[in-house]
Amino acid sequence: MEFLLHHFFELTISGLALGSIYALVALGYTLVYGVLQLINFAHSEVFMYGTFAVAWVFVFIGGKESSSSGLMAALPTLLLALVVAMLVSGGVALALERIAYRSLMKRNAPKLIALISAIGASFALSEAMGLRDKFAGWFGLDDNLANYVSKPRDIYTLPVTVNPHGLFTLGDYRVTDVDVLVIVSALLMMVGLDQFIRRTRFGRGIRAVAQDPESAMLMGVNSTRVVQLTFFVGGLMAGAAATLYMLNIGFTRQDAGFLLGVKAFTAAVMGGIGNLRGALLGGLVLGVAENWGAAVLGTGWHDVVAFVLLILILLFRPSGLLGDALGKARA
Amino acid sequence: MLLEVKGLSVNYGHIEAIRDISFGVAEGTITTLIGANGAGKTTTLKTLSGLRKVREGKVTFDGKDITDLSPERRVKLGISQSPEGRGCFPAMTVRENLDMGAYVRSDRKSAAYAQDLDRVYELFPRLKEREKQAAGSMSGGEQQMLAIGRALMARPKLILLDEPSMGLAPKLIQQIFSIITEINQQGTTVLLVEQNAAQALKRSHEAHILETGEIVRSGSGKELAGDPAVKAAYLGGDV
Repeated sequence: MEFLLHHFFELTISGLALGSIYALVALGYTLVYGVLQLINFAHSEVFMYGTFAVAWVFVFIGGKESSSSGLMAALPTLLLALVVAMLVSGGVALALERIAYRSLMKRNAPKLIALISAIGASFALSEAMGLRDKFAGWFGLDDNLANYVSKPRDIYTLPVTVNPHGLFTLGDYRVTDVDVLVIVSALLMMVGLDQFIRRTRFGRGIRAVAQDPESAMLMGVNSTRVVQLTFFVGGLMAGAAATLYMLNIGFTRQDAGFLLGVKAFTAAVMGGIGNLRGALLGGLVLGVAENWGAAVLGTGWHDVVAFVLLILILLFRPSGLLGDALGKARA
Repeated sequence: MLLEVKGLSVNYGHIEAIRDISFGVAEGTITTLIGANGAGKTTTLKTLSGLRKVREGKVTFDGKDITDLSPERRVKLGISQSPEGRGCFPAMTVRENLDMGAYVRSDRKSAAYAQDLDRVYELFPRLKEREKQAAGSMSGGEQQMLAIGRALMARPKLILLDEPSMGLAPKLIQQIFSIITEINQQGTTVLLVEQNAAQALKRSHEAHILETGEIVRSGSGKELAGDPAVKAAYLGGDV
């Protein structure tokens, strides 16, 4: 308890940073659920591919030698990594929709089948990443790619360590530029997405399909397009999350998506699955609660706190903190 | 004929929902399909909008074969629908619902669009009053008005109306039907599906009676309204 009080601001700020990453990934779960009433269990892999994309961009630009730099110096590479990671994750999400879902949906397969297909796709994507050097070898790329591809199943580290720089003091904690960047950019992404869904024609199309798919078709909404768009936008957000994650954590692995995916899914359910703002709230609450809980009970309890909190919230508010689905909510 | 349906058969799962029906809708008319529950009226309209696959037969609209076109293409060609049960988007405002009706139009910033919006608000002043209200919070009658207004926002040549009187108070039914007549007089062809045969027949130029997936009688609205068998079966008749 004393530790929590002494480090309150530090724990809270880093919890918010972690929570905004959860929230960005949670958006992908919530968007797809809102439109298809389907949990895309392979979304964690969409995120994981983004983390590798970030690492590869850094290796491509600065080589494999490890170095450290301030945030400002790393910013151009980081921006490029952000764009590449968003596109890679968005692309993986699109491929997933095409291969693992669309043909099932076309044949009106039960949702349970799509769920199994998602779990299968998740394993396949993760294992494919684990075998990345083998694949490179098959295509005769191992020499060229040796610089980019680490040994399979090793932890893959971002070569550049970004040293946070204190900006201002809050209580007895110096808030760093990395903290600010992570939290602010995640919030901007989410505001942008929220506006996209509320104000644009395509956003209206997404909401229409979520609220009444058949009516939406009568209006001339192409539901296949909308589903694709939903997966893609969720992928973009996961790519952004991956960039912030690599900045914060600094390494990844072919199974890095699993726990983070479960946490993000938890955040989505906690906030009210299908509700965009719920995903934001759920992510932030989860990130902060984990940090506080770990401070009181010990770091080993980090994940326990997260899931106990989920159970407690669902006991009292079964539809999550903000309830309503994308369809019913105005978001 | 603006719309021509020839030998149309549609399955619903393994059940034959409509069997070999043929009818036409002449430009400028109100044409009505009358029939009991489960006769296949709604399936017919859904098929015309492209939501159901045609098993056999052909649909021509404005001289063009549309049998296998996507719903999107049909709206673009000028067929829009106010579906059974209204199908308003409950969490969207009235205005957003109307904008959804114009989803396929690319001129949403133009004067023509503003005019169409005004026209809908003139037909249904109630919608103007409730412009910013969520559709889900409105009464059944208001939602029906919204569903029709929304279909008009696509600027259709042919508007399909599925049971617009369903669940409405008698006074409101009168009002909805007179607005349908007005829409028709303004130049939109109407294909109406109704259980409320008395009102529908009175206002339609042409009518067809659908029984268990087949057309059993056709004629002008007046003719059918005066037919004893029709009276007995659909008008709570005086036979």
